[in-house]
Amino acid sequence: MDPEGSQNIAGAGEAPVLEPGHTLATVTDKISSIVLGRGTTKGWMIGFAIALALLMMFNVAVTYLLIKGVGIWGIKIPVGWGFAIVNFVWWIGIGHAGTLISAILLLLHQKWRTSINRFAEAMTLFAVACAGMFPLLHMGRPWLFFWLMPYPNPMWMWPQFRSPLVWDVFAVSTYATVSLLFWFVGLIPDLATLRDRARNRAMKIVYGIFAMGWRGSAVHWKRYETASLLLAGLATPLVVSVHTVVSWDFAVAIVPGWHTTIFPPYFVAGAIYSGFAMVMTLAIPIRKFYNLEDMVTMRHLDNMAKVMLATGMIVAYGYMMETFMAFYGGDLYDRYLILNRMTGPYAVVYWSLIACNIVIPQAMWSRKVRASVPALFVISLIVNTGMWLERFVIVVISLSRDYIPSIWNMYYPTKWDWMTYIGTFGLFFTLFLLFVRFLPMISIVEMRSLVRETDEKPE
Amino acid sequence: MAQIFHHSTNLISRLSIYGGVFIIAALGAALYGIELSPWYTDQHVARQQPVPFSHKHHAGELGIDCRYCHTSVEKSSFAGLPPTQTCMTCHSRIWTNASMLEPVRASYRDDKSIAWTRVNALPDFVYFDHSIHVSKGVGCTTCHGPIAEMPLTWRAGTLYMQWCLECHREPEKYVRPKSEVFNPYYEPPKNQLELGRQLVKEYKIQSLQNCSTCHR
Repeated sequence: MDPEGSQNIAGAGEAPVLEPGHTLATVTDKISSIVLGRGTTKGWMIGFAIALALLMMFNVAVTYLLIKGVGIWGIKIPVGWGFAIVNFVWWIGIGHAGTLISAILLLLHQKWRTSINRFAEAMTLFAVACAGMFPLLHMGRPWLFFWLMPYPNPMWMWPQFRSPLVWDVFAVSTYATVSLLFWFVGLIPDLATLRDRARNRAMKIVYGIFAMGWRGSAVHWKRYETASLLLAGLATPLVVSVHTVVSWDFAVAIVPGWHTTIFPPYFVAGAIYSGFAMVMTLAIPIRKFYNLEDMVTMRHLDNMAKVMLATGMIVAYGYMMETFMAFYGGDLYDRYLILNRMTGPYAVVYWSLIACNIVIPQAMWSRKVRASVPALFVISLIVNTGMWLERFVIVVISLSRDYIPSIWNMYYPTKWDWMTYIGTFGLFFTLFLLFVRFLPMISIVEMRSLVRETDEKPE
Repeated sequence: MAQIFHHSTNLISRLSIYGGVFIIAALGAALYGIELSPWYTDQHVARQQPVPFSHKHHAGELGIDCRYCHTSVEKSSFAGLPPTQTCMTCHSRIWTNASMLEPVRASYRDDKSIAWTRVNALPDFVYFDHSIHVSKGVGCTTCHGPIAEMPLTWRAGTLYMQWCLECHREPEKYVRPKSEVFNPYYEPPKNQLELGRQLVKEYKIQSLQNCSTCHR
């Protein structure tokens, strides 16, 4: 990808981003054979069966929801947002790592992004798909979702443009569109490789359609590079803007615990934090099952751990500032909110969040921990949990006790809440497993450019 | 290696990319057209009634005042559907043997209301009040159309919110002198806008467009 590409691929004492010994041919063979040669393995089938079962559970939960209405969920005034919004923010946050890896790290010429960007981008798309479910279902009448769009209509109605919820619609739909295009453009040369290598005629046709006539001519490459750069340029602001807009859903309201200016940066950092945790959660089993340790190396895991450490610190700063401002600002309701978080009925959730997001990840300061794959896997799961708890704390605790004590009430999720939430994992992993099975999960083209650079080194 | 696709695929794929945009746009336009069509809105579609009551005959040719039957229009949100007794004020004397009127007589005998088919029904989430409109110079025919020319009654407007808002945003285009409210043959004068602005001022008509004005 990068024409200048004279970077230090493997700095002194650092693991390489591609283990030595690979040639252009071996890279192509290895990645494309996962799709074409390996066939459908037993392990994949088991994983797919579980994912599909969860997806069916999601369908059941949604069907019952459409029959009965949102009353089957635990939401009731004052907590009108509940799990749906917690899960929405969580899933959409997870997507951010994919965009960061594919766009910002591309523009910054970070070579180590190469082998993880493809499935991180896929993760982004599928996470946005899961995220999108929740606000739609939460609307109560999802079939009227298009009312959120400004279009000519006989009601003479436009969306309320002063509401951040409408900005959210635009932010998320732009995000989904740009991510999909970026992912697809990146896939085109690889799809052509698969088209050329496929032995089965049906697969040739399917890959051929999506390869859009790619022949690898110089003109094709030039356009491909331009399109990639343009899309990277478009996607870069989205890394920051999408979760900023999501945070405005809260920060623009006057609910204590929401109405703070620190929300946008702190949400963006949290999004990248949880996103990298999710990339790690996915990358570790994948490199194991598909023997990709030479392509997704310890260098990748180490770098991701460092990114998590950095963004985790920003998130910790956010928590500290929330607490500090509540007391420094002197507002009775803000102060009570913080005390209620720490000692109120949901205190367990708050302290679990602190443990998961701040305390435990500090272990990654140690080189030993960063070099231990199981430790990183466990930490990534813990951070994912922690970030979910954070959204629960923000959404539920703030709403359950705001200004008027007489309307204070507890929120308890119902089994339908859980089924919908866990069901989206089914959706996510169904899509992800299909992706792993039918598309090259590592960019062949970009890995080949790495080979060229590692080859040039000894000369 | 053999070609997977025929040469013509190039043209098809180009056409499908350009066509996609226009096809989607055309589909949107078609849906919008359907939404506005009488087939969907029942606008201008005459309704069958248990008795083929003609506004054209009664309100037009005979000149019976709207309020003779729709008694509560000036005082209540609902204009009121006349009880059978109102019909019988005349029809106990005239056309007493007309077979067309048998359901009316039956209703009177059995003390059972005639089940008219509603022509203009607003959804339950809309609060609409006839009295305020009538007393601010909105004529019957402004919303109900040329009622004195309807043998069977039809819906004159779409009842879409757009239709309400057209007047709520620019009442001066529609308002008429209070004395003309119940005149089914009223024609707006040439200087409607000028007159309208003056009446809006005089009648203190507010251009109410808050959601909660109607969706309470």
